[in-house]
Order: sequence, then structure tokens, then C-alpha cells
Amino acid sequence: MSDIDFTPVWLTLQLATVTTVILLLLSTPLAWWLAHSRSRWAAIVEAVVALPLVLPPTVLGFYLLIALGANGFVGGPWSELTGSSLVFSFSGLVIASVLYSLPFVVQPLQNAFMAIGRKPLEVACCLRASTTDAFVSVMLPLAKRGYITAAVLGFTHTMGEFGVVLMVGGSIPGETQVLSIAIYEHVEVLDYSAAHVLSAGLLGFTFIVLMMVYIFNRRFPVHER
Amino acid sequence: MNARLQVRLDIHYDGFELKVDLDVPARGVTTLFGPSGSGKSTLLRCLAGLERSRTGFIKLADSVWQDESAGVFLPTQQRPLGYVFQEPHLFNHLTVRGNLEFGFKRTPVGERRLDWNQVIGLLALSHLLDRKPQHLSLGEQQRVAIGRALLASPKLLLMDEPLASLDIARKREVLPFIRKLHDELSIPVVYVSHSLQEVLQITDTLVLMRDGKVIANGPITELCSTLELSQYLGDMSGSVLTTTVAAHEPEFGLSRVTFNGGQLYVPIQDCDVGHALRVHVLARNVGIALEKPQVATSILNILEAKVMEIAGSDADKHSVQIKLDVGVPLLANISRKSLHSLMLEPGQKVYALIKAVSLTQALVEI
Repeated sequence: MSDIDFTPVWLTLQLATVTTVILLLLSTPLAWWLAHSRSRWAAIVEAVVALPLVLPPTVLGFYLLIALGANGFVGGPWSELTGSSLVFSFSGLVIASVLYSLPFVVQPLQNAFMAIGRKPLEVACCLRASTTDAFVSVMLPLAKRGYITAAVLGFTHTMGEFGVVLMVGGSIPGETQVLSIAIYEHVEVLDYSAAHVLSAGLLGFTFIVLMMVYIFNRRFPVHER
Repeated sequence: MNARLQVRLDIHYDGFELKVDLDVPARGVTTLFGPSGSGKSTLLRCLAGLERSRTGFIKLADSVWQDESAGVFLPTQQRPLGYVFQEPHLFNHLTVRGNLEFGFKRTPVGERRLDWNQVIGLLALSHLLDRKPQHLSLGEQQRVAIGRALLASPKLLLMDEPLASLDIARKREVLPFIRKLHDELSIPVVYVSHSLQEVLQITDTLVLMRDGKVIANGPITELCSTLELSQYLGDMSGSVLTTTVAAHEPEFGLSRVTFNGGQLYVPIQDCDVGHALRVHVLARNVGIALEKPQVATSILNILEAKVMEIAGSDADKHSVQIKLDVGVPLLANISRKSLHSLMLEPGQKVYALIKAVSLTQALVEI
């Protein structure tokens, strides 16, 4: 057992944490806009956000590989700026994970914002709060449950991704070899005991985290409007 | 103290148009009155800056809140206003104290015109401070909402049917507090209501709205006694008399009030002798007799009157509105048949008969 390399575990946790933080920041304005916009673009954006839910990860991974590649519209400027490549790198994985887990974060936030409505913000603005102040001091606390759900789903979903990582990141130990890839490779070389340890660990961890969220949500129901 | 609230708005959306040109005193209570869909709430939202009309002008006393022709539009948070909505909309993640402090903390100390303890006392909130809003009754929640708005030291208080979500008992609980605001604080209030009874005791200026337009506005006592307006008020058409409580007769459950035209018996009032009381005399409860009934009658209130105007509308085939002068204008609604048999004419001396129980005042639903 002592010969199991736990680097992929730390790498995975790192990736999931960075991705979740970026996703929460990015999804807040996006989800707010989707929740309240009457623009016809909203439906289109909503569909785009939901795509990773249904697309095979290989399709997303394939396009990401092209976009992030040295000649891609993201990867090209990136390598000119930094001199490094996005594909087969941790940064590339973060970008891929953000896209891949986007719906898992946007949708709970959007639902929370829609359930709360605009009224609390209006009330706060009528009490001399600026829009930002009102959002931070009223909207965020009221949407707490949505944020916890979004963060946990985003985190656990990123931990579990496989196809996209394989396409974009490959399996470079310490750089892109995340848990799911490591398990796959253990299985390929018939090292079932290592695969068991990592799989059971991931299963147990994910289950416990999800269960905690559902317990929390049951105990602290959404703040009624 | 001749500050005024000037509002000119023209706002369209979804087939609805609100077109308003209003200039009312910025003191006392101005009530926007009309059926739902008449644009009352939208007007209030415009005042608060929650809606924006392309052409618009809003000025309170000396400060311009909106003047689209000059590109001025103060965002909501820069308008010194308080807004009490139909629902309390308390912040459920905060305690009552947290809710009350929300606007108070955001008001610069120099601009605070209301004392914390004064507001807490006025609205009787001290025993609720550490509770969570969810655990309060709706009436208590609405009182907290009013206190929260007041503690932001507004120069204009907007109230959008603040009693509508409450049942009769809760209304009785909250209305006295609104009346106290009126009496004890000099904050002008714009109040939205579709219930004349609710606003009768508190309104100074009545603004009658319909289909996004202001039909008429003026002091409530004058406005209610015009025949032109009675058609809009329907069953609620009637005169508002400003009276003074002269005596109580608890054994009969009556109070005697006096006014310019004499005296009236009304259902007993829970207030001191000398207290001012507005009495709404519904036109449909005023009868007319040519002579003072000489024999005993069950009608307690008989006033000498003079016929001033007679008006009938085509929509109403069987009754007509009569404007009487009993010292002050008094509207009566009688049948066309009675009009014919009494042969009433302007200038004629008659007697107005009013049943004591037909007098309504705020929240006495009879």
C-alpha cells in the first residue's frame, strides 16, 4: 500500500479548489443576469451554459484542445504572452474544468436568485444601500444555500471529471495527472489494489460532502421571501 | 412651509401607460387612490427611482430627484426616502434589530432626524428587537418595516398599501401607528390605497387615479363632495366631514360630534372629547325630507339643508346624486322616483336624514 502515489489526490483537490473559486466569481454575475434578464440572448446563453451537462466530455475536450493549442485562439496568445503551452498544463486544466463545471455552479445560483427575486435588493436600495452594498449585505446571505450547493457541486464535479482532462491535460504526474486519470492508469496496469484505495477514497469523500450539503439544506431551509 | 412635491411622468410598457402631472403639498399624507391597474404603485416606484421614465421630472421641495431633460436621475439609494411595501419584506437573515439598523447605519449621523428610541417607542418595537422576522406576526412585521424605513430618516415616506396583506384585526393594530406618524412626525407621506375607508382618517390630499392618469386631486374633504367625482367612487361616494368629538354616550354606544353644519351621532369612538374626527357620510345613506319629521323617528341625525345641485348619470337609471348644503357640502343619493315626487330644485330648503350607523370611519366596517 505504501507504494501508492498520493500526488494525484493533492493535485485534484488543488484543481477543484481553484476551479470552484473562479466559478463562483464568474457565475455570480452570469447567474444574476440569467435570472433577471428579459433579453432574448438569455435563452441562448442559458443553453450554452447547459451544454457540458449533455455533451460527451470528448467533444468538449476536443474543441478545448484545439482552442487551447499553440495555434488556438486562446492557446496562441497565451503562449505568446507566457511562453508556455496551455495544453497538458495545470492552467489548461483549470480553464477546461471551469467550462466543464459551469452549469453545476450557474444553475443553483440562478435558481437561488430567481427564488429570492429583486425585491430584497430594492428594499435595501430604499434604505440607502448602493447596489453593490445591497448585493453583498442582503443578496449573498439570502442566497447562502444556493452558494453552498453551487460550490459543492462545482467542487465534486471537478474532482470527478475524466474525459475532458484526458483530452486536454493528458497524464503528466504532478501537473495534469488527476485522481480519475490515476485510477484509470492503475486499472490499465491491473494494479487493482491502488485503484481500490483511490476509488473508495473518492467515492467516500464525495458521498460525505454531498450528504453534508443535503443535511444542511434540510436543516436550514431557504430564507422565505 | 410651502414645500411641494412635483411629479411629471410618462412611462409606457406592456400596453400600459402612466401619464401624470402632479403638484401636491409636500406635507401631511397624500393618498393615491384608485382601482388596481390605475398606476398607483408604478407612480410610487417612479418616485423611488425603481422605475425610470424616459421623460420625467420629480422634485421634492428644493431637490430635484429626476429631470430627464437635464439628464438628472438620482439612483434610489441617493433619494432620501422610505418605502413601505405591501408585504413587510424584512430581511430574514437579520434580527429585527438588524433590520432596523440597516438604513439607520447607512444614514450619516448629521442626516439622522429621527431618534432610535423615538421610533422604537412610537411603533412599540422594543420587545421584538432580538427576534427573527419569521417569528413575528404579519402586523408586527409591518410595524418593523415601517420603523426600518423611518430610521433611514426619509424626507418622503412612500407607503404602498401597507395594510393590504393584513386581516382586519392586524389592520386595527397597525393603523393607529400610521396615524401617529402623521401626528407626531413631520414627514410627508405618499400613500397608495384602494380602500377609501382605510385612508379616510389619515389623508390630507387625495389623488384620484384611473387608467394611468390622475383624474383629480385636492384636499380630501373638498374632493369627496364634488358631484363629478362621485361617479368614480361608486358605492363609496360620500362626503367627508371634519368634526370634533363633543360627548360620548356609552350607554347607547354613541359619540356626539360637532361640525360646521351642526351635530351628528356616530358609533362610539375611542378618543377624548375635543379630538378631531373625520366622518365619512356615504351618499347612499343620506335621505331627504321636505319637512322636519314632526313625529318620532328612529333617524338620529337630521340636518337642515339646502339643495345645491342635482346630477344624474346615464349609467345609473334609478338614482340621482344631490349635493346639499348643510353648512358644508353633503352628498345624498336618492331614487329618481323620489326626486320626482319631492320635486326637488336647487335652492330648495330640505332636511337631510342620516342614520347613525351609516357613518363610517377608518376600519369600522359596517
